[in-house]
Amino acid sequence: MTLLYFAWVRQRLGTGEERIDLPAKVRTVAELVELLRQRGGTFADVFSGSDNLCVAVNQEHAKWDAAVAPGDEVAFFPPVTGG
Amino acid sequence: MTVCIQAADFDIAVEVATLKQRCGDAGAVVTFTGVVRADNGIEALTLEHYPGMTEREIAQHEAEAQSRWPGIETSVIHRVGKLAPGDNIVLVAVASSHRKTAFEAAEFLMDYLKTRAPFWKLEQRLGTTEWVATRDSDRQAVSRWRRED
Repeated sequence: MTLLYFAWVRQRLGTGEERIDLPAKVRTVAELVELLRQRGGTFADVFSGSDNLCVAVNQEHAKWDAAVAPGDEVAFFPPVTGG
Repeated sequence: MTVCIQAADFDIAVEVATLKQRCGDAGAVVTFTGVVRADNGIEALTLEHYPGMTEREIAQHEAEAQSRWPGIETSVIHRVGKLAPGDNIVLVAVASSHRKTAFEAAEFLMDYLKTRAPFWKLEQRLGTTEWVATRDSDRQAVSRWRRED
């Protein structure tokens, strides 16, 4: 699975992209967030305050109960501010 | 319909000419240009985006606009990278046979662009930087276009 981070999420985590082997028990975005939160440090900070986080699965806006699978591209970012 | 994410500036006259040609029988062309404001001492604005998803998201909304207002032609250009006050940020252009349709479709596209397209603005003022927060008014603006079907 490819994880992408944008804007202040990227800045705070210190990386914009990483690849992970998705554990079989992780089947939703919410479970993936919990997995990342358990890393501790800045990951715990960023993924604990999920109110201000948005997610896209395979480049489509998604919700926390959306399914995730190995091979997916999952992106975390703040609410968008274009235009 | 076209979507272009680019660092370079755009020429509105060129874009309008191209759009009129593509539309064939345009009786109206509406363009909206977003510009970097200089308020509160902003020195620069850096735009970050999600390559791939941005283009898909905008193309989806252009397709949606064309299904709501058949016969229109649309063009969206959004700049990324570091911009200065007064610089152009975004162009939405709609050609149509009638004025009302062109105005409505342009507003529809801008409202969706502001709330759905994955761009983020980083403001720089007096040597410090800060990510721009979402405005409630933008979220409210898009809600009027929602339909149940």
